[in-house]
Amino acid sequence: MIGVGRDAASSPPVRSATYPESEVRDWIALLKPRVMSLVVFSGLIGLLVAPGHLHPVLAFTSVLCIAVAAGACGAINMWYDRDIDAIMRRTRDRPIPAGRIEPGAALGYGITLAIGSVIVMGLAVNHVAAGILALSIAFYVFVYTVWLKRRTPQNIVIGGAAGAFPPVIGWASVTGSVDLIPMILFAIVFIWTPPHFWSLALFANEDYRRAGVPMLPVVAGGKETRRQIAIYTLLLVPLTLLPWFVGFSGLVYAVAASVLGIGFLVSVFRVATDRQDETGVSLTNDAPARAAFKFSIAYLFILFAALAIDRFVG
Amino acid sequence: MFQMTAPPKMTEAEAADLRRRQKGRNVALLLALLGLSALFFAITIVKMTHR
Repeated sequence: MIGVGRDAASSPPVRSATYPESEVRDWIALLKPRVMSLVVFSGLIGLLVAPGHLHPVLAFTSVLCIAVAAGACGAINMWYDRDIDAIMRRTRDRPIPAGRIEPGAALGYGITLAIGSVIVMGLAVNHVAAGILALSIAFYVFVYTVWLKRRTPQNIVIGGAAGAFPPVIGWASVTGSVDLIPMILFAIVFIWTPPHFWSLALFANEDYRRAGVPMLPVVAGGKETRRQIAIYTLLLVPLTLLPWFVGFSGLVYAVAASVLGIGFLVSVFRVATDRQDETGVSLTNDAPARAAFKFSIAYLFILFAALAIDRFVG
Repeated sequence: MFQMTAPPKMTEAEAADLRRRQKGRNVALLLALLGLSALFFAITIVKMTHR
């Protein structure tokens, strides 16, 4: 036998010349845990506000499947984007471009988790939730990552739908169906995505330009991007009041959505009026865009938390 | 004809680091499998008792 016995045990092993051994944290990093946290939270909210009852074990399984599927999308995305990740400063230390994980292993990991999450969701929870979960994975991988991301500045507008599915999946886990309220939650995340991502794209513009990713600031410039951010936020704020308007939630949510909406509009107004040169390049190192990006994350967390609190209080 | 070259050998410190990483991955995999087993067991019990 090869590699067994005293000599093999005592002599130092041979280093893999191409890929050094990965650590557990590299495999966790492949799942994009920060993105996963918002996905899990919005899925949990969909599950909590849905009418009906789901056994806690099955509710946990549903949220776990949403989390694993989101992680799988992250891993497949990192596999596909490994060439541009190596160019961008923000992403070049990810496990694949840094050489800590082999691309094929990352792809296999992502596919296994994606298929596993859908199967478990289907067997343990219900087939509607599993179907939507499969659709969201396919949308993120094929529509956003493979098709849109490198082709059009509308990539995150259409691709944003992938991130809007979790509350629908959470809702479907309980009810086994999809109706108006989860579609409103879907629309909220869908319209929230462009101002969120374009705020990031404003201050990561140079990275995207170097990598050749046609994000809106790269293609249309900073001025147009700031205008588009303002337009989408103006659409978003009244949309967030729809759950109250249709009688699904009460005053707690309505007040929270209004206050948060005003906060988001103020934040976006600062982005729109940022000091900039004639070409739209910020003279403040995109400080307002950085603030708006951070605020947008807190905004969605608090908005959805308010919806759940309102359901339990009301 | 391909010429076979021996891969570079590791130092003792590198070998120790390699084993630490391998052990970390093995423990993580064990915990994942145990967690999955416990989850499947719980799902089965719930499905059987809440028909």
